[in-house]
Amino acid sequence: MVNPLLAAVEAYDFWYAVPLVVAVSLVYAATRHEELGPILSHAMRIGVWIVGFMLIVLVVLLLVSWFT
Amino acid sequence: MSNVSSTDQKDVVDLKNPVLAGFLAWLVPGLGHFYQGRLAKGVLLSVCILSTFFYGLYLGSSPELGWGRVVYASWRPGQRRLPFLCQIGIGLPAMPALIEANRAASGKKPLFGGFMAPPRPDFNDSTAGLRRQALEDQPTLDELHKQLHRYFDVGTAYTMIAGLLNVLAIYDAWGGPVIAESRRKEEDEPETGSGEPGK
Repeated sequence: MVNPLLAAVEAYDFWYAVPLVVAVSLVYAATRHEELGPILSHAMRIGVWIVGFMLIVLVVLLLVSWFT
Repeated sequence: MSNVSSTDQKDVVDLKNPVLAGFLAWLVPGLGHFYQGRLAKGVLLSVCILSTFFYGLYLGSSPELGWGRVVYASWRPGQRRLPFLCQIGIGLPAMPALIEANRAASGKKPLFGGFMAPPRPDFNDSTAGLRRQALEDQPTLDELHKQLHRYFDVGTAYTMIAGLLNVLAIYDAWGGPVIAESRRKEEDEPETGSGEPGK
């Protein structure tokens, strides 16, 4: 059975989020530090946090669509 | 400031004229940082923000429709382009949209082959007059959605996010990095306390 949430979007559409996550992480981290080293490590942490948050939202939406 | 460690001193930034730096940062992403001599950060911000914006423009383009269809300015009832309020955050790269909107309002044909021109008003819009005449070669909003499909929305999101990211860059050019500012405050507080050793 095809999940309606996943059927609504093509699977490869999720790749459009990757450049945005990279850009948002780097720019946000750049407003917190002045040196490139701390910027990059902070950006990595933020990037992981954003992806994790998006995965949590995806799971919640999948559960909602599964039970409705 | 004599008790500031060498690591902390790196975070104390010479912002020169912060208002001018903020204006330059709005005009072209990264330009305010170049003006302040913060070259590495300027390169990082301009590459991230401009590439996000231009990729969004690319997604909202097609050989039939031309370039830059997802960035346009329109305040007409029923065709208000609220995303442009975010897109204009990127400054000069979004300016052609304002030029095209003003030209269309005064009945002049779009420049640059319709680059960032507003869509043609629908036929049921009886108040469009001059605008419809000026934009007769341009696609309607329905045609844009029909031809670009979801890329119209994806391109809009990319260009909006680029504009909003530049707001962060403007703040950074105006006020410096946030952590440096909080450290500066922390450093000021002990100095005030230690100024009166007898108490």
